[in-house]
Amino acid sequence: MDPSIELEIPARPEYVALARLVVSSLASSRRDLTDDRVDDLKVAVSEACTNAIEAHHSADSDDSVVVRCTELEDRLQIEIEDRGSGFDPESLPEHPPVTDPERLNFERGLGIPLIKTLVDDVSISSSGDGTKVTMSMSCAAVEFDDSDLDFDLDDLDDIDFDLDAPEAEGAGGSASS
Amino acid sequence: MELDLDVTEQNGVAVLAVKGEVDVYTAPRLREKLVELVTQGKHRIVVNLEGVEFLDSTGLGVLVGGLKRVRSHNGDLSLVCTQHRILKVFEITGLTKVFSIHDTVDAAVAE
Repeated sequence: MDPSIELEIPARPEYVALARLVVSSLASSRRDLTDDRVDDLKVAVSEACTNAIEAHHSADSDDSVVVRCTELEDRLQIEIEDRGSGFDPESLPEHPPVTDPERLNFERGLGIPLIKTLVDDVSISSSGDGTKVTMSMSCAAVEFDDSDLDFDLDDLDDIDFDLDAPEAEGAGGSASS
Repeated sequence: MELDLDVTEQNGVAVLAVKGEVDVYTAPRLREKLVELVTQGKHRIVVNLEGVEFLDSTGLGVLVGGLKRVRSHNGDLSLVCTQHRILKVFEITGLTKVFSIHDTVDAAVAE
């Protein structure tokens, strides 16, 4: 089974930063992603979580928003799942061209175009029971370099860890010799 | 999460320095500050984004709303930003063609 981290956040604006922090920490520590790509992922996560929280607000739902990160072999997959009333991802309203003065009347609706541009792959499934945004960044896992260790990892195989053993000799000052 | 908003004035232009992260939680404060400035009659505004660590589409929307407000008074709102990660969201959304974006506050004020 692929390693996975699941975070449930209250559907409130102040928790979006936490989702960004968790995902970006995982991405930068465990995966081979440049800082620029981690920044892209942070924006995408922020957009998806913002939409999820607004969906809960519109549906008057107290449920949590789920943020699930799965470490696949060749990519990091992030799912953001809400329990809002859903929308049709194929019929998003288009903004007027940026050169049109009418463009200034549109303050919203940039989130999904941003997600689509910033991540390598995105799919959105939505129904009356909620929406799931699945996005992924292509990246290998960080290669662990053991050359800096002052012991050989293979030696660990020879150590017999007996967790049921009494307190180690000398550790508590009461062991006899 | 902190969002610092500091207003100074330079050659009759209101300079709003923004520091911190601008998202769905903090953006309402930025919106309130811009509305407050316009209400005070400040119709030439420079928003300095050099201290911004993160900005998403909620922040973009607030800036678009601010630009619309000052333009309705024949004013202008320009930006100061040299950070690649912040400029990128303006570029992707095409908003680099809507906002005048400068490297320094002096250049923005002199526009």
